Amino acid sequence: MPPAAAPSHAGVRLHVVTGKGGTGKTTVAAALALALTQQGKRVLLAEVEERQGISQTFDVPPIGHEETRILHERNGGELYGLSVDVRESLMEYLQKFYRLGRAGTVLEKVGAVDFATTIAPGLRDVLLIGKVYEAAGRRQGGRHKDRPVYDAVVLDAPPTGRVVRFLNVNAEVADVAKVGPIRTQADSITRMMRSHTTAVHVVSLLEEMPVQETVDALAELQKASLPLGAIVINQVHAPMVEEKELASVESDRTGVAAAVTSDLKSVSVRTSAAMVAGLLEQAGEHAERVALQQEQEAILLAQGRQVYRLPLLPEGTDAGGIRVLADALTEQGMI
Amino acid sequence: MPPRTRATQDRSTDPAGAARLDLDALLRDRSTRIIVCTGAGGVGKTTVAAALGLRGAELGRHVVVLTIDPARRLAQSLGLTELDNTPRPVAGFDTGSGGTLDAMMLDMKRTFDEVVEAHATPDKAAQILANPFYQAVSSSFAGTQEYMAMEKLGQLRSRAEREGSWDLIVVDTPPSRSALDFLDAPKRLGSFLDGRFIRLLMAPAKAGGRAYLKVFSSGVTMATTVMSKILGGQVLQDVQTFVAALDTMFGGFRERADKTYALLKNPETAFVVVAAPERDALREASFFVDRLDQEGMPLAGVVLNRVQRLSAPTLTGARALAAAEQLAETEGGSGTAPLTEGLLRLHANLAETAERQEALARRFTAGHPGIPVVEVPAAAQDIHDLEGLREVGQALTAS
Repeated sequence: MPPAAAPSHAGVRLHVVTGKGGTGKTTVAAALALALTQQGKRVLLAEVEERQGISQTFDVPPIGHEETRILHERNGGELYGLSVDVRESLMEYLQKFYRLGRAGTVLEKVGAVDFATTIAPGLRDVLLIGKVYEAAGRRQGGRHKDRPVYDAVVLDAPPTGRVVRFLNVNAEVADVAKVGPIRTQADSITRMMRSHTTAVHVVSLLEEMPVQETVDALAELQKASLPLGAIVINQVHAPMVEEKELASVESDRTGVAAAVTSDLKSVSVRTSAAMVAGLLEQAGEHAERVALQQEQEAILLAQGRQVYRLPLLPEGTDAGGIRVLADALTEQGMI
Repeated sequence: MPPRTRATQDRSTDPAGAARLDLDALLRDRSTRIIVCTGAGGVGKTTVAAALGLRGAELGRHVVVLTIDPARRLAQSLGLTELDNTPRPVAGFDTGSGGTLDAMMLDMKRTFDEVVEAHATPDKAAQILANPFYQAVSSSFAGTQEYMAMEKLGQLRSRAEREGSWDLIVVDTPPSRSALDFLDAPKRLGSFLDGRFIRLLMAPAKAGGRAYLKVFSSGVTMATTVMSKILGGQVLQDVQTFVAALDTMFGGFRERADKTYALLKNPETAFVVVAAPERDALREASFFVDRLDQEGMPLAGVVLNRVQRLSAPTLTGARALAAAEQLAETEGGSGTAPLTEGLLRLHANLAETAERQEALARRFTAGHPGIPVVEVPAAAQDIHDLEGLREVGQALTAS
């Protein structure tokens, strides 16, 4: 485990969080953003798939293309949310680079916006990630003109299957645009994506398929020269019964059942043979799951990345669960 | 209007108040020809699809399972070692009832290429396949996978009709951003190809150079100017070539997409919505159920996958936790006290999970009364062989 004194990703300003669908990457991105906010930072949490995951996770009204403050901490930390909209991004882009206010409307009218954002998937990605790039690089202006507006940006990125294509905008745009302004934009985004202030974290569960996808994604990210961050293992079932005690269950089930029954009686729990057998069966299944987790964890540990673990919350991530996860990331020294 | 459900529910209800989804009845019913498994990513759609396929075959149906993105070991267990876009027989299942089981994995790009090759002259096909925009659209257009899954389903259906090879097609749906994408993507691709702008772009190619100015209104001219400014002129030219090349296929594209869409409304089809007992997955299931209802598509019911079950249900979580604390505080307890304490804490933990899941399931049922539901207990191990699939199949159809 990394020492808490030296956070492993202290220099990172753009945290990209990906993972297989269903692993909880949105939750992890939110927990990471919250952990950074708790340090007193001004943080932007951005999503690009219009899922409203941020508003659902923090239980706030739906978030749009405007950066909206979600919460603030007593120490001055502020968390902003942003749900990037591809059309809005295109309009902003046209306005910024071409001063084309009216043209945008015309484009919309003839269906060119739909066209542009669907035909060239690369273009869509450039626009989505371009917005995040802009926010990450934005300066305050005035007296603090060189200070960035956000101390950190956390991007809830597309799932592992699509993430490399998404982040590697340059390669994608190269297929369709060899020169031109969109290409220039893609080049500067790529520079930021590949810099040491960016880290791509992969969220996994200790199950076979997510682990396999994590391993594949790490290899792909590396091949695309994207800076690998940590592996975040989500929903870890903490071993609740000691291994040697589980072994005793296996060796002498009847004897153990009798002893457990008498323990339960000593604290006035009404027992039945079926109930005690049920408890032991649950322990057996738990042991099986823990063993499977260890097997899968070994594969992740062999990847040579920092690994952080988030507990499975039996109560779910509602009701303050996200703070528990944020604290876990801080305690383990991820940031 | 009450949701249109097939005759797949029995009178018994589970504690959450939902009618029970009887999948065995659905599988045995020979008029069921297509089962579509859908739901959010990571809920186990592929596993449920494969388990239903296996169960169907063991009940004597002639089944083909179309999977989209199976886990490697699950794919191997179905004998899917190569991705060749063709159904292959699955070995090792119980053939006692005379059923058969084939399985295949969708190759999106290859399916698209085949569509092009089947509907264009060889020259034109080669031209399309080499176009950079075709390559972008066929390998990464948002929705291509859904469209191709639909296309493949249509192909399998015609083949089943023609050769009598299968009487049941089980389809898994792509791991989309949203389960609704499966229904929307084909239309999106269709309306995109039929879109006004693309039509206008094609006009010069069709009408020849001089008509260009007449056809293009000033707005479009401005739009194309902007587009070429942003993308570069070459890009627009590539697009024009691509679109013109595809033009002859447009009719076919739309016609088949519409036909497959209509097939999904046919009473021979049954949608099985798969969800995990989690907030997001159930919300997704909710959207999908409502959508099927709006579209008049036949919903069989909802599979609640990986539900926490308790082996000692008589003991409440709160009681277990209190007893565990009490044991921890007792000095000089028995040698097995730490074990018993662990068992109690584990139970309290599982009970809390079970309770949360049940509340979520209840909320879903309250919002969708009358929709049959079946629960599949969480397995301790990942499922990656026929035996595991058979167990899921049994849980799915247990009465």
